[in-house]
Amino acid sequence: MSDWRDNVELLVHKSKIKVPYAWSVGETGSRFLKGLRDDKKLVANKCPHTGQIFCPPKLNSPYTLEPITEWLELPGTGTVQSFTQRSYESLAAPADQPRIYALIRLDGCTQALPHLLGEVDYASVKIGMKVAAVFREERQGHILDIAYFRPAGEK
Amino acid sequence: MEKTAIIGVGQTKQVRNNLKQNFAEMVYEATTAALNDAGLEIKDIDNVITVSNDFWDGRTISSMAVQDACGAYEKNVSTVEGDGTFGAYYALTRILSGSYKNTLVVAHSKGSESDTNLITNGMFEPIFTRPLGLDAITSSALQARAYMEEFGITEQDLALVSVKNHGNALKNPNAQIAKNITVDDVMKSRRLSDPLKLYDVSPITDGAAAMIISGESFLNKIKGGKAKPVYVKGTAFYSDAYDLGLRDLARSPALIAAAKKTYEMAGIKNPVKDIHLAEIYDAFSYMELMWYEGLGLCPEGKGAEFIKSGATQMTGSLPVNASGGVLSAHAVITAGLIRMIEACLQIRGDAGAHQIDKKIETAIAHGINGPCGQAHCVWALGAN
Repeated sequence: MSDWRDNVELLVHKSKIKVPYAWSVGETGSRFLKGLRDDKKLVANKCPHTGQIFCPPKLNSPYTLEPITEWLELPGTGTVQSFTQRSYESLAAPADQPRIYALIRLDGCTQALPHLLGEVDYASVKIGMKVAAVFREERQGHILDIAYFRPAGEK
Repeated sequence: MEKTAIIGVGQTKQVRNNLKQNFAEMVYEATTAALNDAGLEIKDIDNVITVSNDFWDGRTISSMAVQDACGAYEKNVSTVEGDGTFGAYYALTRILSGSYKNTLVVAHSKGSESDTNLITNGMFEPIFTRPLGLDAITSSALQARAYMEEFGITEQDLALVSVKNHGNALKNPNAQIAKNITVDDVMKSRRLSDPLKLYDVSPITDGAAAMIISGESFLNKIKGGKAKPVYVKGTAFYSDAYDLGLRDLARSPALIAAAKKTYEMAGIKNPVKDIHLAEIYDAFSYMELMWYEGLGLCPEGKGAEFIKSGATQMTGSLPVNASGGVLSAHAVITAGLIRMIEACLQIRGDAGAHQIDKKIETAIAHGINGPCGQAHCVWALGAN
């Protein structure tokens, strides 16, 4: 007995979703991105209650919900806490973007910032390595106004 | 707590690319399998929880698209966006509210239909983090290295998980990647995001699963229910910080908290002795070792020693992922519900070729949500 399922041509409907978004950064985040764009500076803020320092800054402490009002400027250097290198092509990142990702404990901050590493041979990247932010010439108020972090002290 | 039980379970075969069924049709298969397992009809179900993710499905309110498939018309239906273990938790709380007798939980996803890197990139905060291009694999690689560095774990240690679980999958007809491999095979597999290699990473999978959770008033009436009820002994979930930079990625305080509360509810005093089997969310090899620790199956930093002891093998004192785990089939959203289903089948003695050769009185199942195991849901299930 033949079953109609034996002879089904299985079709695939190809489509694509592409929706533009314009996400509001908010007052607190805008101050951070403006710092990158206009001053090539990383600004952070500090929870008055716990002393935690957030970069990117936060409106409120996620732990106590207290508003965070004290602002400070970070030197733009830090230490690699963890790192990896992507070995596959990804639509989630431009082809010319560095493929080394790192969690960077920023100097003067109590948390790590995920970002990219550049101007470095992957084999030489180590946990504990000191790095410094490299800013783009043309900046637009974007997290990638920092093109990447590079090993510190080797200009 | 009122006595509650899982009275029926169903799952599709987990495959790389299911061209024969669209996602709703997979939900239909899982739903009817769970109803048949329970010996119920859809009219016996008084509410439904669907578990889905709009990004994976490529449509908004993806839950609404499976209502034909799971018999949700003219019923109270609600949705969880996350792993199936969290959907089951919501289902349980509805029973405990006293408003419902039988809740059907269904979960699905088809990883084959979109681009996994883009979708998992979408779980990150869009302004400060997403532009970096991080995805599930690269972010987990950061966690793997943080864990390895903190506790002196090697890549060969991680590979042991992959060897065990892919081997276990050989006896599970629903698993996708089943094979005998060696540590050397894992070490030689393609490096996707150092230190993670192909065999350290769970596959892209299509799959659906369903479960029926019932309360005491219904359980007392069951006549001729086909499956033996599996009782809920305890469950809890907790979440860690969303920002990777705010977390200690080498540890999982949310899992520790969820396990502690679950064990208190279930009367589990000595986890390694009182738990007879565990199905846990090993999306990446290193996760299984970390979750051993968070679940209190071994001390902090001793996950590698624990797997090397042989305890978590099929023949060990506490088999973990006898099904092959998530490394062997990873239908996102669905995978945690399948962990619960596998724990149920082992307790019932219905697991088939991968049934553990000893009485499983108490088993735990575990699911995660968010990057690098941000949130954890733990279930303790029992025969009585």
